[in-house]
Amino acid sequence: MFKRPSLGAMLLALIPFIAMCFSVSFWDRVQPMLFGIPFNLFWLILWIVLTPLFTLAAYRVESARTKKEGETR
Amino acid sequence: MSPSGVALTLIFAIIAVATGVGLLAGRHRKMDLEQWTVGGRGFGVVLTYLLMAGEVYTTFSFLGASGWAYSRGGPALYIMAYLTLAYVVSFFTLPAIWELGRKYGLQTASDFFGQCYGSKYLAAFVCVVGMAFLVPYVQLQLTGLGIIMEVASSEGIHRAPAIVIGVALVVSFVLASGVRAVAWVSVLKDSLMLLAAVAIGIGVPYVHFGGIGKMFAALAHARPAHLTMPGATRNLGHAWYLSTVLLTSLGFYMWPHSFASAFTAKSADTLRRNAVVMPLYTLTLAFVLFAGFTAVLVAPGLANGDMSLLTVVRSTFPAWFLGVIGGAGALTAMVPAAIFTLTAATLFAKNLYRPLFAPAMTDDQVGRVARLMVVVLSLIALYFAIYSSTTLVSLLLLGYAGVTQFFPGVVLGLFWRRAAMRAVFAGMVAGVTIVASLALTKRDPIFGLNAGFVALCLNFTIAIAGSLVSAPHPPSIRAETRYN
Repeated sequence: MFKRPSLGAMLLALIPFIAMCFSVSFWDRVQPMLFGIPFNLFWLILWIVLTPLFTLAAYRVESARTKKEGETR
Repeated sequence: MSPSGVALTLIFAIIAVATGVGLLAGRHRKMDLEQWTVGGRGFGVVLTYLLMAGEVYTTFSFLGASGWAYSRGGPALYIMAYLTLAYVVSFFTLPAIWELGRKYGLQTASDFFGQCYGSKYLAAFVCVVGMAFLVPYVQLQLTGLGIIMEVASSEGIHRAPAIVIGVALVVSFVLASGVRAVAWVSVLKDSLMLLAAVAIGIGVPYVHFGGIGKMFAALAHARPAHLTMPGATRNLGHAWYLSTVLLTSLGFYMWPHSFASAFTAKSADTLRRNAVVMPLYTLTLAFVLFAGFTAVLVAPGLANGDMSLLTVVRSTFPAWFLGVIGGAGALTAMVPAAIFTLTAATLFAKNLYRPLFAPAMTDDQVGRVARLMVVVLSLIALYFAIYSSTTLVSLLLLGYAGVTQFFPGVVLGLFWRRAAMRAVFAGMVAGVTIVASLALTKRDPIFGLNAGFVALCLNFTIAIAGSLVSAPHPPSIRAETRYN
């Protein structure tokens, strides 16, 4: 049995899911083309680059929590 | 030398170098079961990263992704989303799986279920299902190898003999060296693959259209519907995309080999950091998709979309370049095939054969049975590879639909105290049954949704509802005693 991840980290992780998965009908179109790439493909490429930022933030949240618990122990 | 002679010579040279690297990496280490399967649990960030990447970039991402961009269009975009999101999921699941693995010396997905739920029948079931759904994944790699040889030889070598050669190479590679060798050959494979993808993704549109932007403009003009969903299909729309991305991103680390690779990491923190960085690796796939989209206009009318990438490479670049690409492609088939057979064979020997038929077997004997199983499994996959004509992506989706049925059991087992073995077991049986029956009767997608996703929802419902109605058990069952 493990400590569940914090709510903050999970909410941060939810953002890429909303952007790349749940909102598909909003961005699945060809126009406007950006840098010569269809909009849907561009959107996904953009979020491949942005996703690590959100997991990095989640990483910070989780390690701050672990540290805090280590001190109180 | 003829162009196809040049290409084939280069392909075999690249395979030979890779095999040499693999054999060198396996020397000077005592090959006990733990060393052979999880590399002695001592891989740091770099090797873990390589091993995990080694499993991600397979023939599926190389020929399969471009093949779907060519034959299906927009729906192929699901690949970019699911790979990225899979790492986000892994950020939460893998460190916990790793902790449990270190505490109890676990090596396989099946060990994990045995430990988590204290049932050797559940462990055996996980083992059988994991092996069964790894077969299409191995088959996919072998088919890819066949396609590479076929195109590189200008259809001079037929696919069946090419696949047979590939199987012989994979088997000897696995038997000689185990998981450490595979990790090191991944280095070679991934650098070649990266170079190949960028060169193709930029070069092919440039040669034919004068740039990526011009290629997309031409494609949007000629086939406007191809670039969005459902693309060239009738039933792969947004509901399918959503359900497929969810299914496959949750299922990504449920593959028995991915599960096992989590145990090879040095620490839980290694896995978290990996999860942060890995999505960037997915960028490579954009270039592969570019090539597939270019092929729509450059090489229309191919019967098999999976051949589109290599066909445009052959008609665009000199023969030596086709050889390098083919060599990179061959490694992206061989390395994963080696990992998959290694995992499936270990699962069989350790979690099925020993507990059920020969409890007194030593680890050495388990290792020997596993090596024998490598050969048997490769031959089964070989049979299917020669006699079936499904697209590479469809094969992978079938595998995902199956292995993702482990997900409820993993998450509930790790994070929910009340998770009951029988409920999880029942959910998993229901999920796998639905997947198998819908796949066999060719009713996937169903109601516009990915059939595996529908099965997963039912699986989750049964596991949760069943756990709620069963009596809560003392938590000590799961955490304290060591299973098997």
